[in-house]
Amino acid sequence: MSKSYKYELRLYIAGNTPKSTTALTNLQKYCEEHLHGEYKIEVIDLLVQPQLAEGDQIFAIPTLVRKVPEPIRKIIGDLSNEEKVLVGLDIRPVTMQQ
Amino acid sequence: MDEITGGGFPKGRPTLICGEAGCGKTLLSLEFIVRGAIDYDESGVFIAFEEKPEELAMNVASIGFDLKKLQKDNRIKLDYVHIDRSEIEETGEYDLEGLFIRLGYAIDSIGAKRVVLDTIENLFSGLTNQGILRAELRRLFQWLKEKGVTAIITGERGEGQSLTRQGLEEYVSDCVILLDHRVINQISTRRLRIIKYRGSVHGTNEYPFMIDEDGISVLPVTSLILEKDVSTERISSGIPSLDKMLDGKGFFRGSSILVSGTAGTGKTSIAACFANAACERKERCLFFAFEESPNQIIRNMRSIDMDLQKHVNAGLLELHAARPTLQGLEQHLVVIHKQIKRFKPQVVVLDPITNLISVGSVGEVKAMLVRLIDFLMEEQITVMFTALTLNTVVSEQTDEGVSSLVDAWLLVRDIEFNGERNRGMYIMKSRGMKHSNQVREFVITDKGIDLVEVYLGPDGVLTGSAREAQKLHEQTGLALRSNALTMKDREINRKRKVLEAQIANLKTEFESVEEELNKVYIEEELIKKVTGDNREQILKMRQGEGAPDNKKGKKK
Repeated sequence: MSKSYKYELRLYIAGNTPKSTTALTNLQKYCEEHLHGEYKIEVIDLLVQPQLAEGDQIFAIPTLVRKVPEPIRKIIGDLSNEEKVLVGLDIRPVTMQQ
Repeated sequence: MDEITGGGFPKGRPTLICGEAGCGKTLLSLEFIVRGAIDYDESGVFIAFEEKPEELAMNVASIGFDLKKLQKDNRIKLDYVHIDRSEIEETGEYDLEGLFIRLGYAIDSIGAKRVVLDTIENLFSGLTNQGILRAELRRLFQWLKEKGVTAIITGERGEGQSLTRQGLEEYVSDCVILLDHRVINQISTRRLRIIKYRGSVHGTNEYPFMIDEDGISVLPVTSLILEKDVSTERISSGIPSLDKMLDGKGFFRGSSILVSGTAGTGKTSIAACFANAACERKERCLFFAFEESPNQIIRNMRSIDMDLQKHVNAGLLELHAARPTLQGLEQHLVVIHKQIKRFKPQVVVLDPITNLISVGSVGEVKAMLVRLIDFLMEEQITVMFTALTLNTVVSEQTDEGVSSLVDAWLLVRDIEFNGERNRGMYIMKSRGMKHSNQVREFVITDKGIDLVEVYLGPDGVLTGSAREAQKLHEQTGLALRSNALTMKDREINRKRKVLEAQIANLKTEFESVEEELNKVYIEEELIKKVTGDNREQILKMRQGEGAPDNKKGKKK
């Protein structure tokens, strides 16, 4: 775990709701696509660890928090809109960059 | 507060408090939490969307709440939900389960019975998907109800007629309280109104409330009942001659007295006299001055031989000075209430009530005074108001029309006569006692206040130096008359003496005449006798020894 990734993402979910699973699958898909190997995803289930909600100011579920790089960004929702997620995470599609 | 809601907030149900910015929503809800924790042993959760816990704690520390300590004792949990638009991106479906979980966690961790969400509308500014938000909020309130916690939700007042900007009242329908912060005549008054309260009898009026160092206090506009105990005990007005005018005993305890008069007629002096008398009786007295500062009053009263300072030192007298414009009428009323509750005086003086008019309209002042009088009567406190009447006001009405409310009304007025002004006082009314109908002259001397009977003479009512002059005049007249009388007396004496002398003279004359007459008479008798004797002797001599028996018998 000592290895630092370029992107550290944390996904807050509450139980195994359809929205949460959708969000997780969407996230994994985008990351594989755009940040291959440079990311780490941490999934926190608030039903298990409710005390963690305070730290990242979570009020909506699901919420994706980008811990690294700074500044912290949050994306709420099931991440179904790829472009918005990428903009939110400040990841531009590789094709656009070039 | 509990009184007007008929027992407080609905337990186990959400209540909405809405109002404009700065009208005390946060404070009211926070007080609810803190009081719950301190007084009722119900711990509470405060979810702040606007302010950070540290800020909150700091803000309410100024009104005496120690949030940090309560937090440490696990009585209160402050939670700050930060919503920053710039950090948040929305994509797709989501819900507020996270908030629920946080709230649920907070509630469970300290076993909270009370929850405050302040201000939940911030969610709307942070999130764009209103459809989801509304649905989620509805779910939230439902969930709170299920949890059985008493919740307060605060909301900003919206534009126009709507109570809240986002129409929150649609969801929270059990109890809605509107706070209002109104500025009338440059003076702000906070008001509270219960718009809706299911299953509770509540007052529907607007109730003024205020925030001070003790937190929030609300007071009902009017007391609902007009049933008060009355006392037949009488208390002195502090001016013996005034007491004499009032059936010799003074005012009833628990009554209200109005002293009205034009400027400089000595209203404050009368009021101070009254206060002084109360203190002399070892009663407590509260003096609210709206014109002068306490020190000024004490100094001024010293000039008429009244030492209020010693009563202040003895803790019997308290002077409160405040400019009427310092705060709204309602605030004044609340302040007066609080002071009275704290100090528990038997006598209260307000000097003068007319100044309050600068803060509110006549109607408002009257309403305030009605409430004050009601309150004081309930507490069996005797109150004295002073009121300034203007020279231009012909009718003897006070500006506030309080004359019908008070039990006794003294009128002090200027009597301008002979190039000088004097004070006249009379009792306009005094319920339930015989009182003098006379105008008395009211004099303020080095020795205090006194009432002097005015001179009622052939020239009409005289006061001041005219009265003195008239008195002097009378005295001279009296002296002259008495002088004349003695002279006459002496003359009579002399006459009598003369007459007596004459009588004596005549008497002696009469005596001498009498003597003379007597002398003649005796002489005649003697002559008669002598001649008789002579005749007998002659007869005897003529008859010789004849008829001696006769002579003897005759002689006898």
